Amino acid sequence: MYYLGLLIEYLKNYMKTRLTYRADFWVEVISDLLFQATNFIFILVIFMHTDSLGGWNQNEVVFVYGFFMVPFGVFSCFVNMWGFSERYIVKGEMDRILTRPAHNLFQIFLENVDPPSLFGSFIGLIVMAISGSNLGLPFEWWTLPMLILLTLSAVAIYTGIYTTLTSLSFYSDAPTGILPLMYNIQTYGRYPVTIYNRAIQVLLTWIIPFAFVGIYPAALFLHRDEMRTMALLTPLVGAVFLSIGLMAWSFGVKRYKGAGS
Amino acid sequence: MLGAYFDFIRIRFLTMLAYRVNYYSGILIYTLNIGVNYFTWRAIYGDGESLGGFTGAQMTTYVAVSWMARAFYFNNLDREISTDIRDGSIAIQFIRPYNYVLVKMMQGLGEGLFRFMMLMIPGMVIAILLFPVQLPTEPSAWAGFLVMLFFSFLISSQINIITGLSAFFVENNEGMMRMKRVVVDLFSGLIVPITLFPDWLSSVLKVLPFQAITYLPGSVFTGRVQGVGIWNVLGIQVIWFLILLIPIVWLNHAARQRLFVQGG
Repeated sequence: MYYLGLLIEYLKNYMKTRLTYRADFWVEVISDLLFQATNFIFILVIFMHTDSLGGWNQNEVVFVYGFFMVPFGVFSCFVNMWGFSERYIVKGEMDRILTRPAHNLFQIFLENVDPPSLFGSFIGLIVMAISGSNLGLPFEWWTLPMLILLTLSAVAIYTGIYTTLTSLSFYSDAPTGILPLMYNIQTYGRYPVTIYNRAIQVLLTWIIPFAFVGIYPAALFLHRDEMRTMALLTPLVGAVFLSIGLMAWSFGVKRYKGAGS
Repeated sequence: MLGAYFDFIRIRFLTMLAYRVNYYSGILIYTLNIGVNYFTWRAIYGDGESLGGFTGAQMTTYVAVSWMARAFYFNNLDREISTDIRDGSIAIQFIRPYNYVLVKMMQGLGEGLFRFMMLMIPGMVIAILLFPVQLPTEPSAWAGFLVMLFFSFLISSQINIITGLSAFFVENNEGMMRMKRVVVDLFSGLIVPITLFPDWLSSVLKVLPFQAITYLPGSVFTGRVQGVGIWNVLGIQVIWFLILLIPIVWLNHAARQRLFVQGG
């Protein structure tokens, strides 16, 4: 309850700062959508030259992309760790966070909430609806609850991975350059992982499990039975990676000594 | 005076060297990028022989060379500049007796040289070992490629500088920076070679500067463009380098009139 109150306060605060830079809000929404559009162009270009990508047709790949956008939007809204090490460690703001009563990671999430990202989730749902109806996908009783469950699990996976990577900045002095590079890799989880060779499949499934935020859960709605087991594993993978992330974080915080002025 | 600028290259190179551990992970991640793109293209080719004028072997080489070129020319000058603008430290930099934009360019070059040695060369070696990459054998192709690579760096950095300086006009240019990043990756031909785009789009892209960053040098290096065509490619790169100087000079000038410090 206390945390919910904090969330509302921070959102109010966010609105106030945002109203100062009003035009900027729309610039961000539009740039977000353009970012998604460029990925979309890639899929469309691919299917101008081929009918199937590893046995998946255009509508299916577009549907997977639509699903991918939903958890990614939610994740970008609530968990934004971009620039953590510069802002909190190099400039010493972590000290301020640690002297406050609420959980430190939660505060960092709150200070970086980014509601415009949710537009992406919204567009993702529309993309799913359009390509789903092109494919004639049935709307089952479990579709909606599963969508919510799998979205939350995917958000947990993202949060786990990025929290783990961010907590590395407690151990090394260098501003970590891994995060931006990861942003490239996560998009590969949208494509049918079966086209990759074994090593990359294992990597995208078990080590940095980005296949679980795109292709596997989406396969459930597409009734691709070969991936059903993997789709149902998503919540478990989410729980495991979120725990790893939180553990890495709390070890890191214990090691934190404070820097900056 | 010029010596001072060279020092900026040297200092940035040494700074990067202090953080070199980051780049070991960078090599792995770039190799993974090449791998994923390689397998995606193989799935797209299926049994087909050629796609948009690229044979399968040329595509493999193109993917590897493009990603490795990115390992060299990529930098965060846009972010550095907009941070300077937002925290107000640009005011100090403007009154110092040097040209701010030129200094940023030199720092970018220092970073580029570091990335060339620590990321591009080792990454290239790994990519050659893992994937069927066919590199040209004539020394002239290599010499030409290095010159074009340098222009890729110049043009990409110029675009970064323009994006960074735009923070003077839109107070928060986070969105623009993100957009620039994706647009450059997609429209420079890194993710999809430009010949594969639909005709209307590729004809638009032919009059934009992005193709000069990745697509044109990559085409030369995979042997799709030969002979006189190589000079054309170089000519296009030089022209874009010169054209992009205009908005930079203008922005730099306009920024001095507009400067208002938001904090710091």
